[in-house]
Amino acid sequence: MSANRFNGFTDYGIGIGLRATHYDHILTRKPVVDWFEIISENFMIDGGRALHILDQILEQYKVVQHGVSMYFGSAEKLNREHLRRLKDLVKRTKTPWLSDHLCWGSVDGRYTHDLLPMPYTFEAARITAQKVREVQDFLEIPVAVENVSSYAEYHDSEMTEWEFLNEVVERADCGILLDVNNIYVSSQNHNFNAFDYVNSVPSERVAQIHIAGHSKYRKYILDTHDHPVIDPVWKLYERAIQRVGHTATLLEWDDSIPSFQEVHDEALKANKFLRATVLAEAV
Amino acid sequence: MKLMQLQRTMARAVMQPLTSSERMQRRAPDGGPMKRYASRFIKPNDRLTSFERLEIYNRQYWFRVFSALGEDFPGLRAVLGQRRFDAMAKAYLIANPSRSFTLRNLGSRLEAWLRKNPKWAGTNQNLALDIVRLEWADIEAFDGAVEPPLRPEDLANAAGARLKLTIQPYVQLLSFRYPVDDLLLEVRKEDDDTDFASNAFTERKKRKRVRAVAKLKPAQIFLAVHRIDYSVYFRRLDQEEFFILTALREGKTLSAAVESAFRKSMVPMEERPLQVQTWFQTWSTLGWFCRPKKKRTSR
Repeated sequence: MSANRFNGFTDYGIGIGLRATHYDHILTRKPVVDWFEIISENFMIDGGRALHILDQILEQYKVVQHGVSMYFGSAEKLNREHLRRLKDLVKRTKTPWLSDHLCWGSVDGRYTHDLLPMPYTFEAARITAQKVREVQDFLEIPVAVENVSSYAEYHDSEMTEWEFLNEVVERADCGILLDVNNIYVSSQNHNFNAFDYVNSVPSERVAQIHIAGHSKYRKYILDTHDHPVIDPVWKLYERAIQRVGHTATLLEWDDSIPSFQEVHDEALKANKFLRATVLAEAV
Repeated sequence: MKLMQLQRTMARAVMQPLTSSERMQRRAPDGGPMKRYASRFIKPNDRLTSFERLEIYNRQYWFRVFSALGEDFPGLRAVLGQRRFDAMAKAYLIANPSRSFTLRNLGSRLEAWLRKNPKWAGTNQNLALDIVRLEWADIEAFDGAVEPPLRPEDLANAAGARLKLTIQPYVQLLSFRYPVDDLLLEVRKEDDDTDFASNAFTERKKRKRVRAVAKLKPAQIFLAVHRIDYSVYFRRLDQEEFFILTALREGKTLSAAVESAFRKSMVPMEERPLQVQTWFQTWSTLGWFCRPKKKRTSR
């Protein structure tokens, strides 16, 4: 079982992203769902409907926070106002762990609102790890960093992406949110073997796994979160689960979002692989 | 290349405006060819050049910020028209790249920027400025802070003449030169209706919207943008009602607020007490008064 210090020693099962289009369904029908993941920034506000909905969800469901703009990899200092608001939200949700991306997105106080790829250098690993440590210290909960999908690589890189991920998490002593769809997308865009990546991740640090769909273009794949999970990604997921054990798993579906039931059914396909690990551990 | 230098180099390219055909510019931020600029730090692969790989991020950036601004200001888009709105949005975003961790704040400087740069506000600048203020107030009212409501015991020890009342932070008080509340409601209704529209239907709606904007005559209105049960509403206010509320928000005592509100009023003296009483009942029912709010920092 992958309840570890990076996910607060929890074993959350299969969750889905909490999206506004499903609010009515969730609050009126109260479907059985292991947990919801929220985008932290959507709730880092002073008041209003979003927080009211969140409070109702928190009464009935477990919630984990996932951020999109901490930008651990940006060379500039952390945004203190962001951190203060995030901590307020952490107190509200009591999330056992919190995740954000291993990327950068702001420079000189200007935000791109994108998940820009890191140069895989030792300097970048040192700066990024230091910021992850600062965030963990400030928030006082475990932090997991998520590998992103990328469409570009830098001449400056001194190592592979997975070596960089390992370098950062070891220096920061933090967890990993392993996104197997992102690994697949990047492997196709950069011509590497996705299984090499999955096999190289320190399994004891994996706090959570993401699965998702994507869009294929003629010359590259874009991480759009608007399709079901494809078989090659399920195969990566299967391999990841074999290595890390029964781990909190979350389906992301952010665009062209179908009904709640369709999204949840897609997520529950992960059960097939999670059950296999339970059986294997029992034997 | 040092991390900071690399990120500055990439960000300059990513945030550089697209061409009219929504592609990356051939000219780099440093004035040289973008192909050379991109190849300095981005690796090509067997399918994409350095330029093409960087272009993916350049396009995503602009699609994202254009989309966010367009969603927040449909009224301004109706006033300016799509083409002018797009040109304005591009100029605004070049001058005001996001400085917040949330896209929610992307339009926070739009009104001030339009005032300084009126050439982007179209042919009817007062109308454009009015609608921008209303749309930003709508955002602020939607997720603004709510403080604990005022209780009768909070007033028990308050001295009559020095009584101060605090208005909920989410309540936005504005005066306009045009009845932009009606216009924005109409625009939103049309946007909702066009979800299932064929192309022909959309064209007809666009013409109707243009007519609605063209027909709008100046008329001073006073408005409270507030919320009930987490939905935002526009409530028209009488002039004196607006003056009392704004004076209270400025920290004036209740007696001073009422006195200043009626200083130049045409409302007959004998009608004023009942009028004020009715307003207070309404404001109280709507929950607009609160205990003094805690200090909050800006995003």
